[in-house]
Amino acid sequence: MCGFGGYLGSVAEGEQLLHSMTQAILHRGPDEQGVFVAPGVGLAHARLSIVGLGDGQQPMQDESGTLTIAFNGEIFNYVELREELRARGRRFRTSSDTEVILHLYDEMGVDCVTRLNGDFAFAIHDARQNRLFLARDRMGVRPLFHTLKAGVFYFASEVKALLQAPGVVAEIDPVALEQIFTLWAPIAPRTPFRDISELQPASLMIVDENGISTRSYWQMDFPEAGETSRHRSVGPAAEELRALLTDATRIRMRADVPVGSYLSGGLDSSIVSALAAGMTPQTLRTFSVTFDSVEHDESAFQAEMARALGTRHSTVHCAQGDIAASFPDVIRFTERPILRTAPAPLFKLSGLVRENGLKVVLTGEGADEVFAGYDIFKEARVRRFCARQPQSRIRPHLFRKLYPYLPGLRQQSAEYLAAFFGVGGDTLGDPLFSHGPRLRGTAAAKLFFSADLRTSLAGYDAAEEMASLLPENFAHWHPLHQAQYLESRFLLPGYILSSQGDRMAMAHGVEGRFPFLDHRLVEFSAGLPPDMKLRGLTEKHILREATKDILPPLISQRPKQPYRAPDSRSFTGAGALDYVREAMREETVAAGGLFNPKAVAKLHAKCGTGEANGFRDNAAFVGILSTQLWLETFTTTGANIASAA
Amino acid sequence: MTDIIKNKVKDFIIENFLFGDASQAPADNASLIENAIIDSTGVLELVAFIEERFAIAMSDTDIVPANLDSLDRIAAFVAARSSTGQVEAAE
Repeated sequence: MCGFGGYLGSVAEGEQLLHSMTQAILHRGPDEQGVFVAPGVGLAHARLSIVGLGDGQQPMQDESGTLTIAFNGEIFNYVELREELRARGRRFRTSSDTEVILHLYDEMGVDCVTRLNGDFAFAIHDARQNRLFLARDRMGVRPLFHTLKAGVFYFASEVKALLQAPGVVAEIDPVALEQIFTLWAPIAPRTPFRDISELQPASLMIVDENGISTRSYWQMDFPEAGETSRHRSVGPAAEELRALLTDATRIRMRADVPVGSYLSGGLDSSIVSALAAGMTPQTLRTFSVTFDSVEHDESAFQAEMARALGTRHSTVHCAQGDIAASFPDVIRFTERPILRTAPAPLFKLSGLVRENGLKVVLTGEGADEVFAGYDIFKEARVRRFCARQPQSRIRPHLFRKLYPYLPGLRQQSAEYLAAFFGVGGDTLGDPLFSHGPRLRGTAAAKLFFSADLRTSLAGYDAAEEMASLLPENFAHWHPLHQAQYLESRFLLPGYILSSQGDRMAMAHGVEGRFPFLDHRLVEFSAGLPPDMKLRGLTEKHILREATKDILPPLISQRPKQPYRAPDSRSFTGAGALDYVREAMREETVAAGGLFNPKAVAKLHAKCGTGEANGFRDNAAFVGILSTQLWLETFTTTGANIASAA
Repeated sequence: MTDIIKNKVKDFIIENFLFGDASQAPADNASLIENAIIDSTGVLELVAFIEERFAIAMSDTDIVPANLDSLDRIAAFVAARSSTGQVEAAE
């Protein structure tokens, strides 16, 4: 687990550039740094030593000296792959997973990625074919950005390393901003940095004298709706799931350093912690974040689970003001505007892990996408139920059950509930049906866009672009599977795994591992009948069945508690920080050019009175503040949107 | 009278939900929900404004989109509930 960067092309003082790149991402790999320079190519690596502590230095070359790799991540099945390769006569000089990739590439070429079970991004320079080969894991756990400048191809784990390259500058991409203010994340390969792209998850790229070519090597796929599943009953399917999840966890315990686990108090991290606790001879270390406010705090459940498992548990408290205090750092690491503050407590949490001397943690992330845990899946089911009888005054009452933590909704009439959730207005055949209310609710925050930004975006619609990217057979999938795909394809890599995941953990040199995102589990779950995942309005039904013997009933029967953190009120009121006032000041906002200064001032004032408690106002406040911080952190001149879109 | 009501409600919506940006003001017949101007908490703010500004009491059964989901509907609802004197007296 590490960070890397490099270039292909002619660069003056290439070695110096490579050192600058590693310095920019040193947080990802504080243990060792290395560079490889040859005519027309350079690779740089910052290492977080986890596997092959003594012999896994990078960039690494094969025996012939013609293949050179810089690799970030882990290949969890490297032990099995190495045995296979040895059986075919391959000789290994190190105990690392990095060398396994080199051998596999030597045998299979770019198709080697199909054999890898892991979270990875890497670049291999192939001197025999005079080309660069880049690849990224299936779900998008590990990042990889790239840009082309003056005929040189640059790549890196984080954009801040690319910004070290000559002529590469940070400018906001207005289309990405529109996407963030609609979908919560840019649509890859686009990033908030104009002319800087990311390699999409499950994709590989070849850069050679013919140019740059990219292709996907895997995608989430679902059976046609109504197709008979091989899984007829829950019992055997739950057993199969348990076996897969156990193995996914087992291979993610592989490390030459101790592996800990996050413990949120919810179902998913409790399952992972319980499985891990049973696999390690030492006492498992678990880590949680706690909050002041009752609506966000889950410490009672965390303590119950830690006690039940006998883990050595550590907590870090996220007090009033902590989110604001860390937010500029958070944006420096997310490298993108965000609409929610949820990454900030995770930034603190990874700091806690590091303070305790660990650098690897398991997390429960991914279970909600893979086993249909999010409220949005239930919401879509209720909306379809209501849409079948749009005049019903009874059916919309079900919406109250979905969001018990939103008092504003519970007080509404059936008619208003139906209207808010688009009953009667949204078309059942719309491919984005499941996400309609969220997309509309988020896009409302664009109210604060400046006139110039609106003009530059005229005619562009982020939701339309999202719909245009869906696979051909999408329309034939069950509605739940369509919703799962949308969540997994867009929000998961674009926000959950990046802004809340890799970037927050790696800010403190901590590697997160995600058993639920093992592609074998993802493929298995895709083949399950929808009702095994979402049974009525009970989420993750089969996962509960598969793991009920290892969890206390308090946890196994606990309804989903969305992970949330306090939003706009973190930044206002007594003790508000100067940087917030400066970033939201009319003159600063006007200089940035992206938002309406007077409207932002009123929003800031409203948030200061504590009256901004709706989703739109909170999302807008956090989105605007984070965009302003993004401009301040990465650019020197504010936004230049004259030639946008 | 409905124009007076409509303008007062419009001013409230611009100031309170559109943060003073009159260029985003909805057409008289535009849905406040579908155009994402009002969310679930916004409805209750709107009800509080109508009750205080026009001195009428709204029961739970009044709080439905048929009465409140556009400027036209709000104006018609308030006008039907108010005598001219009540509206003027509240100014």
